[in-house]
Amino acid sequence: MKVPDEFRLRVEQQRNYLLRYARLQLRDRDLAEDVVQDTLLAALGGEASFAGRSNLRTWLTGILKHKIIDAIRRARRDSAVSLDAQDDAADVQELFDGRGHWADRPRSWDHPEAALEQAQFFAVLETCLAQLPVNTARAFMMREHMGLETEDICKELGITPTNCWVMLYRARMALRLCLEGRWFGAQEPPRR
Amino acid sequence: MKLMLTCREVTRLVSQGLDRDLGFGERVALRVHFAVCRGCGTFNRQMNFLRDAVKRLGDAEHSPES
Repeated sequence: MKVPDEFRLRVEQQRNYLLRYARLQLRDRDLAEDVVQDTLLAALGGEASFAGRSNLRTWLTGILKHKIIDAIRRARRDSAVSLDAQDDAADVQELFDGRGHWADRPRSWDHPEAALEQAQFFAVLETCLAQLPVNTARAFMMREHMGLETEDICKELGITPTNCWVMLYRARMALRLCLEGRWFGAQEPPRR
Repeated sequence: MKLMLTCREVTRLVSQGLDRDLGFGERVALRVHFAVCRGCGTFNRQMNFLRDAVKRLGDAEHSPES
């Protein structure tokens, strides 16, 4: 079946967006290229199922999510997921004193709701996500961005629920510190 | 579940609360702790904010391509 040029063009225009999304989620350039390629092919073969939906990007992202989960599942078959680190790793430990109190008590972030309106904030968030260990990042994105249940994430990654909670915990602790340092820290966030 | 948690235990429980249903005792212990510890209350709000922010990551309006 011949795909109309106009539709092909519109789908191709989303390639960069999809790549960024896949890289963020998979943390592997080649794997990301592969899943996006699969997604575009599936999309071009499925124009009929898109017909009538208003948002092409949302539709493509939906296809991409399935491809990403498939890819993670396949990668796991090749090699057991290594746990990136343990609960009492140094990065968490040093936030607390010997009795489990905050070494440095969390201070409120200024105008968090304003941050959500700013593209720069999301760029910073992406930078922070990119600093997480690979499996931690995958687990965190499956949970918070794709909205999978912990149970399903454990299954896909082949780890126990406890290990899953530990990874998600460490991801959140690291992201909190990163956002504090890069956005909510000393200087006033840029305003428009 | 003991009633008095350390801040460190609270952070772990707050995180797990985003991933599973906490038990009654756990919820009470958290509430007791938040009542006396401002730092952990702040931490809790930051965790909820983080969830919101990540959910919106890649929304059309923030992406350069849109």
